[in-house]
Amino acid sequence: MTNVRNLLPYWLTAPGILVMLAFVALPLVLTLSLSMYPFLPGGGVGDGLTLANYADIARDDYFHAIFARTFGMAFLVTAICIAIGVPEAYVLSRLSSRWRAVSMVIVLGPLLISVVVRTLGWAVLLGNEGVINKILLSIGVVSEPIKMMYTFTGVVVALVHVLVPFMVLAVWTSLQKLDRATEQAAASLGASLPTVLRRIVFPQVIPGVLSGGLIVFALAASAFATPAIIGGRRLKVVPTTIYDEFLGNLNWPLGAALAVVLVIIVLAVSLGMNRLIERQYKQVFS
Amino acid sequence: MSFLKLQGLVKRYGNANAVAEFSLSVNKGEFVCLLGPSGCGKTTTLQMVAGFVQPTSGQILLDGKDITGIKPDKRGLGIVFQSYALFPHMTVSDNIAFGLEMRGIAVSERRQRVGEALELVHLGPMAARFPSELSGGQRQRVAMARALVIKPPVLLLDEPMGALDAKLREEMQIELRALQRRVGITTLMVTHDQAEAMTLADRVVLMNKGQIEQVGRPFDMYERPNGRFSSTFLGKANVFEGTAVGGSVKVNDYCFPCPEPAITGEVDYIVRPEKMEFTDDGALIRGTVSARVFLGNHWLFQIDTKLGTLQLTHANNGLPKAAEGDDVGVTWAAADAHIVPREVTL
Repeated sequence: MTNVRNLLPYWLTAPGILVMLAFVALPLVLTLSLSMYPFLPGGGVGDGLTLANYADIARDDYFHAIFARTFGMAFLVTAICIAIGVPEAYVLSRLSSRWRAVSMVIVLGPLLISVVVRTLGWAVLLGNEGVINKILLSIGVVSEPIKMMYTFTGVVVALVHVLVPFMVLAVWTSLQKLDRATEQAAASLGASLPTVLRRIVFPQVIPGVLSGGLIVFALAASAFATPAIIGGRRLKVVPTTIYDEFLGNLNWPLGAALAVVLVIIVLAVSLGMNRLIERQYKQVFS
Repeated sequence: MSFLKLQGLVKRYGNANAVAEFSLSVNKGEFVCLLGPSGCGKTTTLQMVAGFVQPTSGQILLDGKDITGIKPDKRGLGIVFQSYALFPHMTVSDNIAFGLEMRGIAVSERRQRVGEALELVHLGPMAARFPSELSGGQRQRVAMARALVIKPPVLLLDEPMGALDAKLREEMQIELRALQRRVGITTLMVTHDQAEAMTLADRVVLMNKGQIEQVGRPFDMYERPNGRFSSTFLGKANVFEGTAVGGSVKVNDYCFPCPEPAITGEVDYIVRPEKMEFTDDGALIRGTVSARVFLGNHWLFQIDTKLGTLQLTHANNGLPKAAEGDDVGVTWAAADAHIVPREVTL
């Protein structure tokens, strides 16, 4: 009888575990195993296990450049999201409740629009014949259009736009736990507003910055639609490369290997940052 | 002579006056308590002195200088908050050193002064701990040390004992009193706890609805409250509404002895519960004991009379002098009663 009761929680979680196994774990395992098959030129998957696909990735400068670009972009997007999202969340938390509600809708706006529509919107803005360039040309700031479509900058701008809300929400949650009196206390001890924000507020919202940063980083590194539309086929990042390997070159094993490497790097960076920051700011996490 | 002077301070939110025409002079080294029920404007007043709330009108003078328009970070006052507001991401010594750091004081002197401040509040061994690793009482002492280490001209305390349990509160009150005397710092404290105000303050400022009801030393204020509000907020009191005529005060059909025959007309007639006694003959008023409560060092009786319920206490020196349901007579000496002209209630 006691045995049955002890096992009950496991039985109750079984449906959830099954769904996870079927839809998350299994595809990952299949991808991993696919990445270890040899590729037969012409579009087939051969027999036997090999690490040749990984060796290709490790050896080829072409892939190095793509990985460097992807993670450089992810770090930059994360940094900009922190720089924009933290002050934004702080300002939001200081608004009266009515303005806060309005502002929240504006902040979350990008998430309410389909990724394709939103990205095409950016294309309309950023193109050589786009709104921004037309305005700049007409007021004479520039003599010829600035190239923004199909550039690294363009992708970063579009990604920041959609990922900032995640940062704002995460930091906002941390800010709500902040005792406002600590800011007043710091002021009474002679700290100016910038000092209060830097020395008192920011360290206390580090947990929010961290969780927001992890979300933004993982989403930026694995973003597909935005780099595909704004970056185009020539400014490749890992997700668009995987897509091309699968559907363009029909090299499924190499695509799978790229996917596995991407997952591992994202996980490693996320866990590493987590450990580092939690150790650094041990007290605010308790 | 007055070191901190508040002149006609007004704070209006919309149409409501949170604080109305508040004037007060605090002498150097004096400990003044703002006492009152919640919403009486005492915290708003403190916040105006601290600089976190701008007064609608009025002036704040510190040592003769007008500081009304000066930002909190330039006022240099020491403040202890109700929540203590310790910086959770800093150690105890970093918390205390923060104010010194902001003043650009060299590391070696900083370390020395933090050490002294920690000694002052008996927290030497806790220097490297974080606030989350301290007890409530210890946190409060860190907050005190952090406020005092910058050697502020005035110390502001916002309900500093509010978060402590009753026993610890009493200990900390005595410690705070000793500390304030030792440092000799001018102190303005806000509290809603009348016992705390009486324990700590040189002078109590009793506030109600944004205005000062009465200012005085705790003993004077207890013995000579200036009206119903003062008498019932500071301690317990029996208050009768009556008419003073010559040597006595008429309350309905009763006639009570008058301590101050000079006062005539509508008055509040105030008698503290501990000044009333049971008597068999010559009772001023009779009634039935409806409740008897044992409170350790004294007994509290509630006596139903024709003038309403009276409260009477007497020291616990032996058996109680009446039981519930007993018919009793109550008396008091004329000198122990206190009359004030009736407050006009709007």
